[in-house]
Amino acid sequence: MQLAILAGFVAAGLAPLLHRWFGAKTPLLMAVLPAAFAVWLATLWPSLADGKSLLLEWAWVPGLDITLTFLIDGLSWLFAMLITVIGALVLVYTGEYLKGERDLPRFLVVITAFMMSMLGLVLADNLVALFVFWELTSITSYLLIGFHHTDPVARKSAQQGLFVTVGGGLALLAGFVMLAQAGDSWSLAVLTERGEQLTGHALYTPLLICVLIGAFTKSAQFPFHFWLPNAMAAPTPVSAYLHSATMVKAGVYLLARLHPALGGTEPWEMTLSLVGAVTMLTGAFLAIRNTNIKKLLAYSTVMALGTLTMLLGIGTEGALIAFVTFLLAHSLYKGALFMVAGILDHETGTKDVTAMGGLWRVMPRTALVACVASLSLAGLPPLLGFIGKELMLTSVLATDHYGGLILLLAFTGAFLTLAVAAIVALKPFFGLRRDTPNTPHESPAGMLVGPALLAVLSLLFGLAPGMLDSLVETTVSGLGVVEPGVHLTLWHGINLPLLLSVASLVLGSLVFRYWDGIRGRLALLDPLIHRGPEHGYEMLMAGMVRFAEWQTRFLQNGYVRNYLVMTLLVLLGLVGHALLVRHPLEIGFSVDAYFHEVVVAGLMIAGALASCVMRSRLAAVAAVGIMGFSIALIFVLFSAPDLAITQLLVETLTVVLLVLVLFRLPRFATLSTPKERWRDLVVAGSFGTLMTLLMLSVLNGDQLSRISDYMVSNSQPLGHGHNIVNVILVDFRALDTLGEMFVLALASIGVHAMLRFHAAEHDASHGLSGRREDHG
Amino acid sequence: MVRSGTLILNVAARLLLPLQLLFSVFLLLRGHDEPGGGFIAGLVASGAFTLYFFAYGRNALGEMLKVSPRDLVAMGLLFGMLSTLPAWWAGEPFFTAQWWTVPVLGIKASTPLIFDIGVYLAVVGSVLTAITALIDTDHVDESGD
Amino acid sequence: MESLMAVAIGVLFAAAIYMMLRRSIVKLVIGLMLLSNAANLLIFAMAGMVRGAPPLVPEGLSAPAAAVADPLPQALVLTAIVIAFGVLSFAVVLVRRAWEVVRADDLDRMKDTDT
Repeated sequence: MQLAILAGFVAAGLAPLLHRWFGAKTPLLMAVLPAAFAVWLATLWPSLADGKSLLLEWAWVPGLDITLTFLIDGLSWLFAMLITVIGALVLVYTGEYLKGERDLPRFLVVITAFMMSMLGLVLADNLVALFVFWELTSITSYLLIGFHHTDPVARKSAQQGLFVTVGGGLALLAGFVMLAQAGDSWSLAVLTERGEQLTGHALYTPLLICVLIGAFTKSAQFPFHFWLPNAMAAPTPVSAYLHSATMVKAGVYLLARLHPALGGTEPWEMTLSLVGAVTMLTGAFLAIRNTNIKKLLAYSTVMALGTLTMLLGIGTEGALIAFVTFLLAHSLYKGALFMVAGILDHETGTKDVTAMGGLWRVMPRTALVACVASLSLAGLPPLLGFIGKELMLTSVLATDHYGGLILLLAFTGAFLTLAVAAIVALKPFFGLRRDTPNTPHESPAGMLVGPALLAVLSLLFGLAPGMLDSLVETTVSGLGVVEPGVHLTLWHGINLPLLLSVASLVLGSLVFRYWDGIRGRLALLDPLIHRGPEHGYEMLMAGMVRFAEWQTRFLQNGYVRNYLVMTLLVLLGLVGHALLVRHPLEIGFSVDAYFHEVVVAGLMIAGALASCVMRSRLAAVAAVGIMGFSIALIFVLFSAPDLAITQLLVETLTVVLLVLVLFRLPRFATLSTPKERWRDLVVAGSFGTLMTLLMLSVLNGDQLSRISDYMVSNSQPLGHGHNIVNVILVDFRALDTLGEMFVLALASIGVHAMLRFHAAEHDASHGLSGRREDHG
Repeated sequence: MVRSGTLILNVAARLLLPLQLLFSVFLLLRGHDEPGGGFIAGLVASGAFTLYFFAYGRNALGEMLKVSPRDLVAMGLLFGMLSTLPAWWAGEPFFTAQWWTVPVLGIKASTPLIFDIGVYLAVVGSVLTAITALIDTDHVDESGD
Repeated sequence: MESLMAVAIGVLFAAAIYMMLRRSIVKLVIGLMLLSNAANLLIFAMAGMVRGAPPLVPEGLSAPAAAVADPLPQALVLTAIVIAFGVLSFAVVLVRRAWEVVRADDLDRMKDTDT
């Protein structure tokens, strides 16, 4: 399975190649990949239904206890199934939607990579692996929102989405580290069994805060909800897939996954149910302010995500059953509705629902799909959305945390959602026929098959909810409920939730009826909304830019000297403090040197000092040379033959280099005043003194155990080499050496780049393009 | 600025080049047991090429090398990376040294040796890149000014 | 010998910093060379300086019979020498190019990015 996911990433990279061969058929071809995953997942179902969960182990970085182990239980199975099935449908849809798009290959690469990241996210058992996939979905989402990168709005939205989700990701990483500390394991399967140890741990509150920030940003919970509607700048298949059915549910998935580990406490229940309920209301309320169909749907997604979070917060068995049902229902109808929105946009050329009307005549099939999906969104029988909403209301009625407040928020959310559903289904398709920028036609089959299938599923599961019993039961048991008895039915008899539904139907219809007027009134609130969280985000960004400008002007003032002096003074301060104040300085000074050694050291010092005072460039280079050769001699005298040889060779080549350059430059001139020289002398002198003191105190201190003892004794037995230095370079520490090779390569690339630009400029200015042979 | 050298330099460079290169290979191969190794051997070889280059100029060096110094750097990196892979084949962690006995010459064939060859190539390539770059700017200057 | 080297290294560092603070870029390059040499020596000398015991395993033995010089700093310094050379060559070419563009050896006249 892990290999299959990795292979999926490779397949994503191959999309451009496939596109060269198969052209417009490529999306259909790519759809085979998620479809195959779905089939494979389906074959696992029987064993999952028996209550077993699957652990596919795969070591990644064994030394750090990081694995790529996959955990497949009811919860991850449900999410993985949604990801693969909707993924396949979205790819089929993309084939029509982005037909003729020049950047189709790029789109396919990123969306397939996203699909694999998302699958990895829901299947990962290790926290680190989960985090890596989590960030991958943020990055791919960024690339998809900014798909039309020439559009400044898309770029800005992409950046906003990235900053918010990745900022939350950082908090999540901190939370995961604390979680692993508190639970003594990086494995989710283990952590979920250590609920009591975790909730009683001293780190519980900070880790909960961090994890919740991560989950809330990803799932667009209040006050981080603003990035999601802006993300609608992405092409519609992306909105249908990432920003309704899959990625935004990652946060909810994480909360559900951690529910057995972290749930059941007062802070968890209160935070989740309140934040969820507020998000619900915010989403529903902001939705009806909009006439853009994608934004309407986006805000209603925010509302649904709020509902899911709230249900997790309530946390009773009934609430968890409602959670799973609502999740499934929402993925089905919202995916379908987004695709319908894409069809409308594609055919009419506008996204404004008030600019459309009477379209059912030209696109009856689309209208039918839209109506079915909207009924589910509205929570009307006989669709799955109805069952989800009834279960939601039932569990809200049963909760005792702020029960009244949450009920009020949930009920308001419900009837506003109903109004949204009515707007989406009725405004474009019924009423007076209006002229739109493009002349609409019935959408092609490729675009309709996805939404139609999802709508049919919504209806089918609504009519025969018994089909879902075992799925919901298996999933809920993964959430920590023991022996759940799940029995979904469409008709619960006349009870309070049903009455609330009827009331919301009435109120929702009224809102729909007077929508234009309400929108006008709500416009009065605009100043308030402009001061909301999004405003805060923008202030934060502007502040960051201002701070960056200020510190750049302050620190990067263009004088190399000042940078150096500042760095040195900080170093002097910190090291000097540690050396003189924190630890009493103990220095033992002993001179046990032979005469010839002192001579060599003196020669070295003389060379270094001479290079500073020489007025002639040649003399300065010669002085540096003397110093270098003296150092080589020191290496010879003190048992470092390899170093001596290297130093000698490098000195020789350095002289060649300097000779090639220095004599093309002007002679030394005295540029600084005596005062500046004294200042520099003081800085240099104190730094030199510091280094001397540092080394003397190190020599005097306790000898730490030498890691090289291992290398000395194992060089021959393990490394089969007698030259220990070389064995370290090419065997024990070969990875470091590899890095150093890359540094050399980088320097060469830099040299080459400078040369190349030089030659290009030169040719341009002198018209000598033919003169320099290209040695590439 | 770099003119073709004097007669003595020309003859010396021509005679010394093969010897120096041979010596560098010798240093490379013995490096595991005695002072030497990829870095040192690479520097010796670069010194040899630099000498040749001062004697005969950039074009002669290019003709002799056949590949550009940058390609040598790339090959060096490739060798370095490739030497890490056989460990996977043997089912051991990435980068674990693998040893094979080769009956001829008594040379120990191993991934560290391949790695050292990579170091050698990278060093030769980057030194020559820098030096040819400086010479090239000289040529451009002279032709232009 | 280490104590003596400590003083010598201090002088080397001081000379390097002094040269790097000069306005001439050629002097900056010389300062860079002094600095890398000083740092190499520091690492080398800090591990203790041993006379006449190179870190080689005698033929036929699996480990050196007596104590040898610490091989690890030597390995570090060996690569550092070569890398310093790579960096130096980069710096030298950069100086060359800067000189061609700005026609000035004075760092203070290279302050603006738009020359």
